[in-house]
Amino acid sequence: MADGSDLLLEVNDLKMHFPIQKGVLRRTTGYVKAVDGVSLSIKKGETLGLVGESGCGKTTTGRCIVRVYQPTAGEIIYHDEGESVHIDRLDRQELKVFRRNMQMIFQDPFSSLNPRMTVLELVGEPLLAHGIARGQELEDRVAEMVAAVGLRVEHLPRYPHSFSGGQRQRIGIARALVQGPRLVVCDEPVSALDVSVQSQVVNLLQDLQKDLDLTYLFVAHDMSVVRQISNRIAVMYVGKLVEVAESEELLRNPKHPYSETLLSAVPRPNPHHAMQRLNLEGEPADPANAPSGCVFHPRCRYMEDVCTTDVPELTELRPGHHVACHFADQLELQGIAYVESGQS
Amino acid sequence: MTRETMSGDQILAAGETRPAMTEEALLEINNLKTHFHLQEGIVRAVDGVTFSVRRGRTLGIIGESGCGKSVTAHSILRLVPSPPGNIVDGEILLHRRDGEQSGSRLEEHTDLAGLDARGAEIRAIRGGEISMVFQEPMTSFGPMHTIGNQIMESILLHQADVERAEARELAIENLRRVGIPRPAQIVDAYPHQLSGGMRQRAMIAMALSCSPRLLIADEPTTALDVTIQAQILELMTALQEEFGMAIIFITHNLGVIAEVADEVAVMYLGRIVEQADVIELFDNAQHPYTQGLLNSIPHIDDDKLHRLRAIEGVVPDPYQIPSGCAFSDRCPSFMPGTCDRAMPGLAETARGHLVRCFLFSDAEES
Repeated sequence: MADGSDLLLEVNDLKMHFPIQKGVLRRTTGYVKAVDGVSLSIKKGETLGLVGESGCGKTTTGRCIVRVYQPTAGEIIYHDEGESVHIDRLDRQELKVFRRNMQMIFQDPFSSLNPRMTVLELVGEPLLAHGIARGQELEDRVAEMVAAVGLRVEHLPRYPHSFSGGQRQRIGIARALVQGPRLVVCDEPVSALDVSVQSQVVNLLQDLQKDLDLTYLFVAHDMSVVRQISNRIAVMYVGKLVEVAESEELLRNPKHPYSETLLSAVPRPNPHHAMQRLNLEGEPADPANAPSGCVFHPRCRYMEDVCTTDVPELTELRPGHHVACHFADQLELQGIAYVESGQS
Repeated sequence: MTRETMSGDQILAAGETRPAMTEEALLEINNLKTHFHLQEGIVRAVDGVTFSVRRGRTLGIIGESGCGKSVTAHSILRLVPSPPGNIVDGEILLHRRDGEQSGSRLEEHTDLAGLDARGAEIRAIRGGEISMVFQEPMTSFGPMHTIGNQIMESILLHQADVERAEARELAIENLRRVGIPRPAQIVDAYPHQLSGGMRQRAMIAMALSCSPRLLIADEPTTALDVTIQAQILELMTALQEEFGMAIIFITHNLGVIAEVADEVAVMYLGRIVEQADVIELFDNAQHPYTQGLLNSIPHIDDDKLHRLRAIEGVVPDPYQIPSGCAFSDRCPSFMPGTCDRAMPGLAETARGHLVRCFLFSDAEES
């Protein structure tokens, strides 16, 4: 176990730098370091939540893993049945075959489905494209998948416009899962949905994970939703991971000042909750012009001189709890104080 | 605090710091109906909404997409596009005290529903006595003019005695008030040069530039990150304390509403289904829809993690609203023969707590 035999995915020092081009000659004048040295691992069957604010690089990380982008540097290794596949080194043809193993669920169910295709065509397309099934077999597999996500067979000949947001997200999920992937990158899968529908989709994703033995990378900005679904949580800030820990550990004992602030900013649906909010001054740094030293230092309340010059490495503070902060073992940070559950 | 002041007139009489007149209604909406006449049929986006906003207080309106919360807000400022939208019934009364009148005529109140949507009167009120902050500050600012010019335009339009140079100073002062750094430079910036959080601050600066008595905020923090959302919510609360304007805060986020609202109205398919002060609503939610909403969201501070209890089904299509109670097809407490027969009326179950449900009252909507 300890040597990583239960790992499904390993990411080492992943970098994705987008060039900034200016002028008529499209000279490269700099780089947006969207992802700048991210290392993480995901165990088989677990959900790793990846949280952070817009522009922190969480979506780019997810896209690099499924190779929507070719990363600038770093390794992405997929372990399965004793074999290790370097996803970052696959060529086009290999990638096309390999994609059966990893899929993506998108945020916006309105723009991610082709409006000219029926549900049957949308969900069946990956099977057809990979030559997995056709004809009656294809229809049967699609019908089975559509039922698994809570839609009905009568829905198969319909077009996306006749569905609500939640139903469209179910179609997107069916399309992603129809080939039987092991790893699914969920990119903000519920944030565009209505409150009452969000919970349906969260429950569905949890059920499917159990039934189909899926492993999730769950990218989202909503801490409450991420906690609900994740075994572990990774917090990202301006291209770097600042903290990774078991979900409950991260919530109760955050060790990075950014995680602390992020947790305190979560609006609580409880008017009795006394606000002890740690106001985070300023705005996230620009990934094209990241500050020296620790990227968080301009906004950090505990900043010292060393933070402006030295980059803190992500180190294991205690088993399973990784933090990138020079003072992680000294700071007394405030986590979520649990209250007794109102529900039975 | 809300609850005590609401139910305890004697406390106020005994010299509470909050003046008694804050309890006075500033805006009163009676049986508002805004319908859209479309080819496919009539969409009753707002169908008999009644509420009042008290001076200096925050009324939160919560609901999912299609519940009519934004159309209600747009109806107040007469921004509903016509055709196809029309206010077909009801009143929107804006109350004034002596000396609060911007025009020359003196009267106790104006019925905004009765005004010409393009007339001078409503245009004087928009951005003057009542102003609005929208969800997406990028689309609500014009891209072609500087932030400063747009704020100055609003000031010059509503305050006839202000000169241009003075308006510019006021614009800078307003930007400073909402916490924008280097306001003297930002005043000449274009909207695209600011980040989302800064644009929303600038939007609030513009909305407050004419000292409105009512600010309508339509999902003002939905497009923002949580840390920026926290900053904006705190800013709005601080500004309300300083300037005493009333706020109608529209959102779908129960966490945000718990934080900012004094009183909450829950809307579902064009009607208010429950209304109470914020503590009463969260502690003692009665309508099955409100309870469903509260149970369906994850609570980050629950000691035990349990499966979310989702509300079944989806918000129905506006052309296929179930007969009887609009929530009846998704309701776990559905009573056949009762709930599908008539629309329940909004009945008071405790002081100031209104619920539209046959579980609590036999009252039917007339």
